[in-house]
Amino acid sequence: MIRFDQVSKRYSTGQEALSGLSLELTAGEMTFLTGHSGAGKSTLLKLIMLMERPTHGQLLVNGKNLNRLHHSQIPYYRRNVGVVFQNHQLLFDRSVFDNVALPLLVSGYQSREVGRRVRAALDKVGLLDKEKLNPIALSGGEQQRLGIARAVVHKPRILLADEPTGNLDPKLSAEIMDLFRQFCEVGVTVLIATHDVELISRMGLRLLELEQGRLIHDRAPVYAA
Amino acid sequence: MQRNRRIQPSRIGKPRDNKPREQRRGATDSRADYLDKLKSYIQNHRQIFFNTFRRLAAEPVQTLMTSLVVAIALGLPAALYVGVVNLQQLGSRVETTSQLTVFLKNDAVESAIAQLQEQLTSDPDIASVRYISRQQALDEFQALSGFGDVLEMLDENPLPAVLIVQPDDRFHADLVASEGLVGRLKALPLVDDVRLDMKWMQRLQGMLQVGQRLAFSLGIALAFGVLLIIGNTIRLAIENRRDEIVVVKLVGGTNAYVRRPFLYTGIWYGAIGGGIAWLLVAVGLLWISGPIGRLAELYQSIFKLQGLGFSGLIAMLFLGAVLGLMGAWLAVAKHLASIEPR
Repeated sequence: MIRFDQVSKRYSTGQEALSGLSLELTAGEMTFLTGHSGAGKSTLLKLIMLMERPTHGQLLVNGKNLNRLHHSQIPYYRRNVGVVFQNHQLLFDRSVFDNVALPLLVSGYQSREVGRRVRAALDKVGLLDKEKLNPIALSGGEQQRLGIARAVVHKPRILLADEPTGNLDPKLSAEIMDLFRQFCEVGVTVLIATHDVELISRMGLRLLELEQGRLIHDRAPVYAA
Repeated sequence: MQRNRRIQPSRIGKPRDNKPREQRRGATDSRADYLDKLKSYIQNHRQIFFNTFRRLAAEPVQTLMTSLVVAIALGLPAALYVGVVNLQQLGSRVETTSQLTVFLKNDAVESAIAQLQEQLTSDPDIASVRYISRQQALDEFQALSGFGDVLEMLDENPLPAVLIVQPDDRFHADLVASEGLVGRLKALPLVDDVRLDMKWMQRLQGMLQVGQRLAFSLGIALAFGVLLIIGNTIRLAIENRRDEIVVVKLVGGTNAYVRRPFLYTGIWYGAIGGGIAWLLVAVGLLWISGPIGRLAELYQSIFKLQGLGFSGLIAMLFLGAVLGLMGAWLAVAKHLASIEPR
């Protein structure tokens, strides 16, 4: 589904965030990505989102070489990817419902279809009764779940998450992870960047560890969990 | 009904993008899909059309201020234009009277005048000559001016006898030749004075031309002003909605999708400004129409003040909308591209 082939990324500041990275994620796989701050986790996610372009090497997503994707095609590509941000990236000038509806409106769904899908997504993350609230009224865990609902409402084939449990307590973190696992089970490729070592070890999933832009560890999933 | 098929109408503008997807589907399916896309594309435009207006209506003061600036910038040249049009209308009425008024000496006798008239009629430079005797002049004056009572108080008729000389057509626009003719007529013994009505006509025409150019150049300059005003307002709107733009781009909003609400906002500002400008001109005309009417009455004129009219309103709305769109486009082209998710 996602293949990095000798990918390097050097920022204009001269900092090399990734160097010669090669890895492959198969479809429907759930993978953790870890490493110290500045190890290149965020850069890796940004490359998949096409927020950045590789300096060297090739990145293939769903068989498509992203280097050859024209700038004008990026929006259509992004509609196949859902992202959950650590800082949620919610819009506080509209309701919970409208936040989740955004990816659908952008892709031009009919309003009937929008309502149905938004409610399905909100139901999935347990926020159906809060659709009319402003996201500012939600707790941290609820905001994160709202971010997840928005990331999956358009049924993307790839789901990326950057520190999705960053500020949450272990119980909430476990809930969030359980959600991700459910999406993985229906065939979504999930990649989660996180520091939360305890959580990772508990879930026993595939683990990629980055250090200074290189892959230093690729632990196979442990099916005991 | 479960429907997992995706509808992506914003791709309509780029059918090229669709190819692989279309090929995968059956032909009939893709046609239905195309209709769906078109429908939701139109729906999107309609929604944005109303949403942007609602957004503006939610901030009436800000909206009114910007629209008013636009209105003043559009209203000034429009008012000047209306003024020129009205003066032209006035001018076209007197154009046919581009004639010479030859005032005769009061002691001229009728027979000598008749002889002079005959002499002038046969002059190749002159098309026709009409004689108005002192009594006729007095009657006419009394009938037209409304000052008849005043004249009756005078012992003697103060009005001179007049020959109305219509020069040959070739003098029509030729001031120099006309003045030569005036000099020739002035030298005649019976003639007291000659007035060239054309002179002020030509001055008026000249001034109207200046006015027209002035309205035009003022219009161009202020149109640029409108572009900048709306461009700047839209730039601020873009700045205010930076977060939203980033999120929309992250979830796959095309540049066209991001651009659309700002373009509509520009159109609204322009159109509202155009409408207010029309209103300002209409109110201004209404305000001066009373005095103008009385003045026209005094001059026995059937002159009627011309406003911008309904077609003028449409033109102002359209002009405003186009300028608004252009101004918004300038701002969007310059500032939207720089907002990318980081």
